[in-house]
Amino acid sequence: MNHNQEPQWTTVIKPKNKLFEVDLKELWRYRDLIALFIKRNIITQYKQTVLGPVWFVVQPALTVIMFMIVFGGIAGIPTDGVPRPLFYLAGTCMWNYFSECLNKTSNTFVTNSSIFGKVYFPRLSMPIADVLSNLLRFGIQFGFFILIYVIYAIIGDSGASVNWYALLFPVLVLMLAGLALGFGILISSMTTKYRDLQVLFSFIVQLWMYATPIVYPLSQTKGMRWMGVPVHKLMCLNPVTPVIETFKYGFLGCGDFVGWRWLIYSFLFMVLLLVVGIVVFNKVQKSFMDTV
Amino acid sequence: MTTAIEFNNISKQYRLGLVSTKTLSHDLKRWWTVNVRRKEDPYLKIGETNDRSAKGDSDYVWALKDIDFKVEQGDVVGIIGKNGAGKSTLLKLLSRVTGPTTGTIKARGRIGSLLEVGTGFHQEMTGRENIYMNGAILGMTKAEITRKLDEIVDFSGCERYIDTPVKRYSSGMMVRLGFAVAAHLDPEILVVDEVLAVGDAEFQKKAIGKMQDVSQGEGRTVLFVSHNMASIKNLCKSGVLLENGMIKTMGTIDDVVAEYMSANLAEIGDVSEVTEFTRISAQTKEVEVVSLKRQSPYKMDSLQDIVLTARVKRNGNVSSFQFTTLIDNVANGGTRVGMAYSDVIAWPEGKDEAEFEVRIPHHHLTKGKYILDVWTGIGDATSSCKYYDAVYDTLTFEVEAIGDKLINEWYSYWGESVYPLQVTVV
Repeated sequence: MNHNQEPQWTTVIKPKNKLFEVDLKELWRYRDLIALFIKRNIITQYKQTVLGPVWFVVQPALTVIMFMIVFGGIAGIPTDGVPRPLFYLAGTCMWNYFSECLNKTSNTFVTNSSIFGKVYFPRLSMPIADVLSNLLRFGIQFGFFILIYVIYAIIGDSGASVNWYALLFPVLVLMLAGLALGFGILISSMTTKYRDLQVLFSFIVQLWMYATPIVYPLSQTKGMRWMGVPVHKLMCLNPVTPVIETFKYGFLGCGDFVGWRWLIYSFLFMVLLLVVGIVVFNKVQKSFMDTV
Repeated sequence: MTTAIEFNNISKQYRLGLVSTKTLSHDLKRWWTVNVRRKEDPYLKIGETNDRSAKGDSDYVWALKDIDFKVEQGDVVGIIGKNGAGKSTLLKLLSRVTGPTTGTIKARGRIGSLLEVGTGFHQEMTGRENIYMNGAILGMTKAEITRKLDEIVDFSGCERYIDTPVKRYSSGMMVRLGFAVAAHLDPEILVVDEVLAVGDAEFQKKAIGKMQDVSQGEGRTVLFVSHNMASIKNLCKSGVLLENGMIKTMGTIDDVVAEYMSANLAEIGDVSEVTEFTRISAQTKEVEVVSLKRQSPYKMDSLQDIVLTARVKRNGNVSSFQFTTLIDNVANGGTRVGMAYSDVIAWPEGKDEAEFEVRIPHHHLTKGKYILDVWTGIGDATSSCKYYDAVYDTLTFEVEAIGDKLINEWYSYWGESVYPLQVTVV
């Protein structure tokens, strides 16, 4: 009976999204926007600074020196026979990328509320761009690490040896990015209404570094037990630990490989976290403007 | 005709006050009733209508309630209403900045929203980079922007500065650039919020022209919110009047504006001096009205002269000009009562700004509230006219007597004038 067919509705705006109604196709359509956000993040970060991207290197260098004094010198924590600068630099490089991404993405809604309040685009493009643009900084810091590594190799007293596990590097970076993105958007979704959580989370992230083998080797916990459970295993429950450990094992050859089991656990953790994060984020983005 | 947008029972509820433990307890209670006991949200029922001045008991208000209307494709709809009537909320829902509390909106085609000009501009980036950024935020692809880049730069008139960071731009240039990008976004449905209120007269003219092209020439659907009735009337075919979050009237733009004006003008009181004006469409302003001051009292009688002083400025080389005054009846939604031309006035030698006494004798207006419009120009009803400036809804006055006798009784169907009548026995 419906003569003169009208074309289909292309946009339907409803009060609530279905739980798993995540429009990834739309996100893909906005890929140019993501690229532009990345470009914006990069070019505006060090505008009007004299040293510019040199700061990317200065910051980990100073951190490493600090670690050498405090944890190496004063506390005397061993570094698995690897020169201290290399050991700390490897951990700092990876951890910095993770924490930078987490910091940026966990504030997505709060920092961008003015722009989100004026125009619609897939909100997810913002944290994704943050994670991707941080890769530049990470790349430079990783290059710095390689430079120091080569210098040690030339001097000849490195004690570090690269092995095949180093080839996992791209996967490890992907895992860090995924974990940071997943946690970040989950946190940012939860903090739009109750800012208390923001204070709590920033505190947790600070402590998290110490729960990850950055300033000490995982091998240090061998044999330790807590309530009958090996501490080593508890540490690996932290999904960042296997990533960092594999990185250090691959490039420095220090400690033991955590095992594929833990690495796969980390990977699955990341996938699950991303799914949960995106679903929650998607639910919140609809009405966060009323509460932010 | 195809329906471009359909609003089905749209409502939007906001919570008043601060986020506090009370919010948390409400959230918990809501979660408990909706998700555990599977009942209706307890806080959805108690909202009051959005009357900002009246004190209410509830923490929740309906910014929009049961909005239900359709917009045909190619229609240009003006959405009007007082501050807080729900206009911007409606546009926010349509542009998907926030979601409705109940109801659905269905639309055909890409929705481009212009709630603000230059969203996402970054001070440190150049004009060109910002065009890309802003365009992409508004939903254009990079290729699309590249294709239109020359046009956009040309329209904005900022060619010289295009590779300079926008922090060096004047605020006017930022607005031009922002509007230029938005104007070249080609959505099937365009949502515009008051953006034309910024920028200089020349640019406003350009912007309105572009909006007209978009709606008339290209058959796109436009929803337009503005407080400027002149530009609304200029652009729109139909209108929706919102009041306290509900639709009060819908219909042709003239009817809706008239209703709004009469409701609005009724609140206007004694205005004895005006220095900022509402102007309709762009004017050449060769003789510009700077300020108006009423010399005669607010309450007057029908035999008294209406006297005002007008300060005007000359921009250009005008040697003579004329004043035109127009009187509108406030009670009838600003219907025009009449107009009058002055004689040709020679511009005072050696001055750029001058003050004139303007006198309306023998107006014979009857009981009622009136509001004046003042134009400058050259030519009158007996020749052809050219206008320099036109300011609307300026000074007000109220007539309540004939001579020293108060008018007790007057019905609107008796007309607007109580002219003298002389009768002699012959």
